[in-house]
Amino acid sequence: MSISHAPPGSTKDDIPGISPPDGADDQHLGLEPIAPVSSRRARVPRWLRRTTGPLVLLALWQLLSSTGVLTPDVLASPGRIAEVGRDLVADGSLPDAMATSLRRVAGGLVLGTVIGTGLALLSGLFRVGEDLVDAPVQMLRTVPFVGLIPLFIIWFGIGEAPKTAIITLGVTFPLYLNVYAGIRGVDAQLIEAGESLGLSRWGLVRHVILPGALPGAMTGLRYSLGIAWLALVFAEQVNADSGIGFLMVQARDFLRTDVIVVCLIVYAFLGLLADFIVRSLERLLLQWRPTFTGR
Amino acid sequence: MATDVHRPVTTSPVTTSSAVRVEGLTRAFDGRAVIDDLRLDVRQGEFVALLGRSGCGKSTLLRILAGLDRDIEGTVLVPRRKAVAFQAPRLMPWKKVWRNVLLGLPGKPERALADRALEEVGLSQRSDAWPKTLSGGEAQRASLARALVREPDLLLLDEPFGALDALTRINAQRLVGELWQRRGCAVLLVTHDVEEAVLLADRVLVMDDGVIAYEQEIDLDRPRDITDPRFAELRAGLLERLGVDPAAEAA
Repeated sequence: MSISHAPPGSTKDDIPGISPPDGADDQHLGLEPIAPVSSRRARVPRWLRRTTGPLVLLALWQLLSSTGVLTPDVLASPGRIAEVGRDLVADGSLPDAMATSLRRVAGGLVLGTVIGTGLALLSGLFRVGEDLVDAPVQMLRTVPFVGLIPLFIIWFGIGEAPKTAIITLGVTFPLYLNVYAGIRGVDAQLIEAGESLGLSRWGLVRHVILPGALPGAMTGLRYSLGIAWLALVFAEQVNADSGIGFLMVQARDFLRTDVIVVCLIVYAFLGLLADFIVRSLERLLLQWRPTFTGR
Repeated sequence: MATDVHRPVTTSPVTTSSAVRVEGLTRAFDGRAVIDDLRLDVRQGEFVALLGRSGCGKSTLLRILAGLDRDIEGTVLVPRRKAVAFQAPRLMPWKKVWRNVLLGLPGKPERALADRALEEVGLSQRSDAWPKTLSGGEAQRASLARALVREPDLLLLDEPFGALDALTRINAQRLVGELWQRRGCAVLLVTHDVEEAVLLADRVLVMDDGVIAYEQEIDLDRPRDITDPRFAELRAGLLERLGVDPAAEAA
C-alpha cells in the first residue's frame, strides 16, 4: 500500500493497519481484567451455600411423601418425623435413651483412648515396647470387633459391660495405629536439633515427639469417634433394654419407620457433634499448622 | 569417645587457649572411613571456616563436634557450652519463635531472655509468630538466636546460609560476622562457598580424604572487601585447592 494513494481529505491516519481505530485501544491485544478475589467471593454467604444442599434434599423428600410416591410404611414424611420427634422428647423416652447411649460411648471412648494411646506410647517410644506390643496389636486389629459380640456376652453377661467393651475395642485400634505412626513419623532432623539443644530424653518426648505426633493423634481420634458410634449401634441392637439402639429395635417390631428415622437423625447429630468437638480441638491444638482451606 | 571439657583444663597448657582439640579422630560408615585420623585445633574466639567438596566429611565432623555422632574413635575435646545452627533452621513448628529460642535451656528462663537474643538478630517483632509463617531468612535468624541464647564458647554453623537467596545471604553473613565479633566465641563454619569462607574466617581449612588437607590463614583487615586484589588471590588459591580451575571459572 502506498501512502500517496490515501484518499484526500481523509481524517484517518495514513497507515490504517498500524494505528488502531479511535476508542478501540484496549481491544487491540485482547486484554482481559483479572478480577480481584474480593469481588469473586461475596456472591452467596458460605453458611447459606452449605445449608442449601440438605434443605433441597429435605424439600424433595417432603414432595415425594405428599404426592404419595413415598408411602409411610417405607419412609415417613419429614413433617411426620418432626411430630414424632417432638412426642418422643415430650414423653422423655428420647432424652433417656440419648443419655444412656452417650454414657456408653463416653465410657468406651475414655477407656479406648487410654488403652490405645498408652499402648502407642509404649511401642512408639521404646524399642522394647514395640517388640512386645506392636505384633499382638497388629494381629488383633484384623479381627472384626463386631464379631466378638457373642464372646463378650458370654464373658460379661448382657449388662453394660459388653457394650462398653465393644466400643472400647473399636476405639482402641485406630487410635493406636495413628498415634504410633505419628510418633514414628516425627522428623528426625527436629529430634536431632532437640538433642543439640541439650534436651533430656523426657524433654525430647515432651517438646518434640508428642507435639509432633499430635496431628496423627487427632486423625486417630476422628476415626475413633466414628467407630465409637458404629460400635454403639451394633452393641445396642444385639441386646439392650435402653438406649437409642433399643428404641430402634422396638420401633422395627412395630413397623414405625418414623421412630427409626428419628433415631437415625439423632445418631447423625451426635456424630456431627463429635466431629465438631474434634475440629475445635484441632483448631486449638494445631494452630501452628498453616493448612489449605480451599477456595 | 567424646569428652566434654567444662572449662579449659589448667594443667594442660595446650588446652588453655583451645576451643576445640581433635586428635586421631576416625569415623567410619560401614568400614569406609569418612574421617581418617583427623587433627584439628581451634583457638578460643577464632573463626574457622571448613571447606570441602560435598561428601568429604565436613558435615560429619561438625556433627561429631556437636556431640550428635558419637560412633567415633580418637580424642575430641569441645567446650561444654556449644551450639549448632543447621542448614535448615529446624525450629519446632508447634512452638512460637520465642519458645523455640528458649527450648532446652536449664531451669525456667524468662521470655525477656529470648527477646533479647531475637533483638540481637533483628527479629524481635516476630517473637510471637509461628515458625511456619517466617520467611527463610527470618527462620534462619531465629535459629541463630536459639544458638546464641546459650552463650556458647563454640558456635557450630553447618552451611547456615545455603538455603538463603543471594540478597538474604549477604545480610546473614554480615550478621554472623557482627555477632562473632561481639560475642567473641569460637566459630566453626562449614560451607562450600569459598567467598563466604574468605569473607568471614580467620583461618580456612580444606578437608579432603577424611583429613584437613590444606589450611590458609586469612590476614585481611576487617571489614573485608571482596574487590580487594588480595581477597581475589586468596579465593583463587582456595578454589584451586578444591579442584576448580580459577581461570576456567573466570571465563
